[in-house]
Amino acid sequence: MSAVQTAPVIRVDDLSIRLQTGEPVVAGVSFEVLPGEIVGLVGESGSGKTTTALSLLGYTRPGVVIDGGTVEVGGESVIDRDGRALRGLRGKTVSYVPQDPGGALNPSMRIGGAIMDVLRAHRAGAGSDESIRSALERVELGSDPRFAHRYPHQLSGGQQQRVTIAMACVCDPPVAVLDEPTTGLDVLTQDRILAELRRLRDEDGMAMVYVTHDLAVVAQMADRIIVMYAGRIVENGPAAEVIERPRHPYTRALVEAIPDFRHPRALRGIGGVSVGVGDWPDGCAFAPRCQHQQLRCHEALPVLEETVPGHHVRCMRWMELDLHDRDLPVGRASRAAAAAPPLLAVSGLEARYRSNRSGHPAVAAVSFTVEPGRCVALVGESGSGKTTIGRCIAGLHVPAAGTIAFDGAAVAGHARQRPLEVRRRIQIVFQNPFESLNPRQRVRSSIVRPLRILRRLSRAEAEREVGELLERVQLPARLGDRFPVELSGGERQRVAIARALAAQPDLLICDEVTSALDVSVQAAVLELLQELQRELHLSMLFITHNLGVVACVADTVLVLDQGRLCETGAVGDVLASPSHDYTRRLLAAAPCLPDGAV
Amino acid sequence: MTAVAEPRAVRRETPPVLAFLGRRILGGILALFVASIVIFVALNILPGNPASVILGRNATPAAERVLTQRMHLDRPATTRYADWLGGFAHADLGISAVSLAQGQRTSVWQQISGPLKNSAILAAIAALFMIPLSIGLGVIGPIFPGKPVDHMISIFSLAAIALPEFVTGSLLIGIFFVALDWLPPVALVPPGGSPLDNPSELVLPVLTLLFASLAAGVRMVRAGMTEVLQTEYVQTARLNGVGERRVLWRYALRNALAPSVQVLAQNLQWLIGGIIITENVFAYPGIGTELVNAVQTRDVTVVQSVAMLIAVVYVVINLLADLVVMLLVPKLREPA
Amino acid sequence: MRARFRFLHSRSGAIGFGIVVFVLLVAILGPYFAPHDPRAPVGLPLSGPSGKAPLGTDFLGRDVLSRLLYGGRSVIGFAAAATVLAYAVGMSIGLAAGYSRSLIDPALMRTVDVMLAFPPLLFLLVLIAGAGTSIAVLVIGVAAIQAPGISRIVRTATLEVSTRGYVEAGIARGERAFAVIGREVLPNILAPVLVDAGLRFTYSILIIASVNFLGLGLQPPNSDWALMISENRTYIQLNPWAVLVPAAMIGLLTIGINLTGDAIARSLGRSYVPRTTRSVVG
Repeated sequence: MSAVQTAPVIRVDDLSIRLQTGEPVVAGVSFEVLPGEIVGLVGESGSGKTTTALSLLGYTRPGVVIDGGTVEVGGESVIDRDGRALRGLRGKTVSYVPQDPGGALNPSMRIGGAIMDVLRAHRAGAGSDESIRSALERVELGSDPRFAHRYPHQLSGGQQQRVTIAMACVCDPPVAVLDEPTTGLDVLTQDRILAELRRLRDEDGMAMVYVTHDLAVVAQMADRIIVMYAGRIVENGPAAEVIERPRHPYTRALVEAIPDFRHPRALRGIGGVSVGVGDWPDGCAFAPRCQHQQLRCHEALPVLEETVPGHHVRCMRWMELDLHDRDLPVGRASRAAAAAPPLLAVSGLEARYRSNRSGHPAVAAVSFTVEPGRCVALVGESGSGKTTIGRCIAGLHVPAAGTIAFDGAAVAGHARQRPLEVRRRIQIVFQNPFESLNPRQRVRSSIVRPLRILRRLSRAEAEREVGELLERVQLPARLGDRFPVELSGGERQRVAIARALAAQPDLLICDEVTSALDVSVQAAVLELLQELQRELHLSMLFITHNLGVVACVADTVLVLDQGRLCETGAVGDVLASPSHDYTRRLLAAAPCLPDGAV
Repeated sequence: MTAVAEPRAVRRETPPVLAFLGRRILGGILALFVASIVIFVALNILPGNPASVILGRNATPAAERVLTQRMHLDRPATTRYADWLGGFAHADLGISAVSLAQGQRTSVWQQISGPLKNSAILAAIAALFMIPLSIGLGVIGPIFPGKPVDHMISIFSLAAIALPEFVTGSLLIGIFFVALDWLPPVALVPPGGSPLDNPSELVLPVLTLLFASLAAGVRMVRAGMTEVLQTEYVQTARLNGVGERRVLWRYALRNALAPSVQVLAQNLQWLIGGIIITENVFAYPGIGTELVNAVQTRDVTVVQSVAMLIAVVYVVINLLADLVVMLLVPKLREPA
Repeated sequence: MRARFRFLHSRSGAIGFGIVVFVLLVAILGPYFAPHDPRAPVGLPLSGPSGKAPLGTDFLGRDVLSRLLYGGRSVIGFAAAATVLAYAVGMSIGLAAGYSRSLIDPALMRTVDVMLAFPPLLFLLVLIAGAGTSIAVLVIGVAAIQAPGISRIVRTATLEVSTRGYVEAGIARGERAFAVIGREVLPNILAPVLVDAGLRFTYSILIIASVNFLGLGLQPPNSDWALMISENRTYIQLNPWAVLVPAAMIGLLTIGINLTGDAIARSLGRSYVPRTTRSVVG
């Protein structure tokens, strides 16, 4: 496949993995990784990307078995290897960087010791303070000589991840497998870690297999991108090509679903739901959700075909489809500022953390307004206070100082002390869809509750409205009879939105409502929220850390750092020419697609 | 792009270990204080004149008056409480009420010092076996999941935990004495003698004690070990090639020990409770037998002081366990 | 909801449940089937099994089988009453402590901690020494021993559930604390509480049986399994059934409860993992 005749450091051929109960998880996967190459393995939940990546280390989760095919790392097979030989390969030929660095370090071991363990595992008797020091220097943690004596809990998230990278590099393996290494980190930290990884590749020539669901991140890192869907590779090619000229409808849809703050446009989600293990349809797995599907797509499984040298795609119609020049939905028309008095006016808000730590408060002296029908975004990293502000407005957190005025009148801190009308007109949707609905009640009951409590409807009236509300969030009415455990994340989030809409609010607070969802589902939910806002003339307070989402959804933006307001203004202005240093840093660090995409 | 080191400042105040110890000791003293009040109230404030209850059928008004005076029951409750606590702090545990009723003055300490020693020996032997066995049997199962040894341990702990000491004891007597005649059914120790003089007497009581406490300990250590073996850091170490023996020892066991220590401390406490019953089953002259006798005869002074003594032992064991856990878990050594 | 009886699918769960049902039936319905009056002598003391007394006679000549059939009610009845009382008190304390984020929580929990620091059997003995032996003392005493542990578990579960979205949605609607606790919190903490309940009931039985065994609880001539063991154990050689059969009943009950409790815990544990299921729409 490659033009240059260097031996690939990883060679996977026709790999298939299945559950012990028989359902296939990964099928027919073949690819190569050349020395010094960064390969991005991209997919959503259920795509099989993590399972594939772990198999490169010869590891499968309990209940999962490798069924067939070959996986060769450094010329040696990792399948059907006995424990000892496998251990020899791991860490020395192929190493591993985990997703959650906090949980991946032994809490009772100093980090110097952890690095030493990996060294000793491959070179008996090796491991001196010097070698540990140089390992830490490689990831730019060598400045403090006492650093190796620290315990994991004494490190920040970014430092912990650097330590796991140091462990993965200490024996100079030719390739490392990284499993979503920056997913749990702040954007600024993520940016630094990515730069670190690029430097390791440039200086030490280490190849990487970078597993992620975030195309924007991998666009900055990878030389080559492999897109997986339902356990199979659907597209495989040079990074720039795959992103700027995707040949597979799924890749194209993924690219379209990523909000980009430099080119704000309305988002378009992918209809339908991701295919899970055991649900693989006959024929092309993506066909049921594909805009370009035809009958033959459902009948037979398409094979991987080469479009241009080095670029493969699994689609029956790749030759006919020209995915690049499609009609793109137009960006939001920025509306003129309404002349009406503000619906929500927050002034001098101050709030503390529950544990009453003296030190800086969660929110300090924040003031802003939300006009009727406008969407205001609160942007910041974790610890910026944006969620706390949302909770104060919703009545879930009593502020220490300041006023919150709704429709001209000041409101009490706790929801219980607010009049019914205020409680009804302000509604909130939470971040975690798996915890927003009472698992013991049917979906219907969760929606009926606000109808009865806040709008004082009778039981019969309330039941009637449930169906309408579900349809408004594009769910079939019969979903009302289900329990939350039977619904997917995206569906649950829509139900949570329906529950909020049931009260007929004027202000909807969205607290990171899409952060826990797959990219394609995210776009669909955001699309829905935008529609609802237009139809119902809702005001929205949109809390997020994603600047791209802000650009696509909001009219005004507030940038928060550690509880303080750094900058505020119309979205277009702030993103194009930020005046505060923190905003500039956020914009610089935010991963985004190359200019050629979309 | 240089990394920004963000060290957490370790403040130069009281070392957290000492502060932690200090807090715990204070807490322990407070708990003992409350316990003493509870004990005193339960025994002295509840309705009924202790004197008449002790005398029972011999309760003539005259005898009652004499006993009331000897037991200082005519003094107000708060004074009696203060006297008792003060005496306790000086190792003066009072005078046995029953002996007072009989016209003698046997000090409680004199009465229980022998049995106390006997109980301590029994408890020490049982603990000596229980701790290593609990840990050993507990960690083996998750290391070899699904194998026969895992199943056997699991079944054993399930069965044994369900049986109270008196059932286990009686069954053991049934097997080893009635059926096999290998071991004596009672563990009598002549006054002044030591239980170690006749070790075969100790076998069944120790076994009985072990049964119940082992089972609980093994189950919890197992659960802790299973949980630790599924953590991300164990997996990461394995995926980076660290040897299995090292992983089991330093990554799994070491982190499973901390919760295990707490469990074992709880079990030692259970041991103390089990001793009371076990001594009764085997007629072993220990502090449990003394306590039961005292309860039966309503000897409030003895019950009072013995109960307090046992509470002190409880609290001390808890304290030691907390200290060991702190040494094992570095995170706890930080200021909160 | 359908998960409720899933634990019966596992073999150990089914066996355990079967054992529990069997023992409970013997205890509750036993007296209706007893061939003799449990207090009346029917033959020579400590004679072996015969036509008249299938399990022989005890040390006073009474029919062991009849005493066995009468003997379960006291232990199980008292234990059940004590456990129910303990839950009423313990759950109230735990819910209050876990839900209110105010000073009520540490205040209640410090008190609970102190009580947990006390050896249970000892507490019961002290209580009996002070207040004498009676059903009330036993039941209240055991309830007082169990309540602190229950309140801890309920508090932990309540704390965890209280931070979830659906509880906060209720609070944001301005619902009263009782409504939120009753509708949103309580049904979702039942799982860990139920698992614990089995073990607690077992412990209540064991501790009451222990006290009866010491002769400090139920007094002779009542029929009680634990009393039977204690009365007849010195004569175990002459008629082992008088000791072994009641011992077996107690043992079977507690083993059965443990097996069932484990099976329930495993089945509930599985259904608590949120699955991304195949669904209708994205």
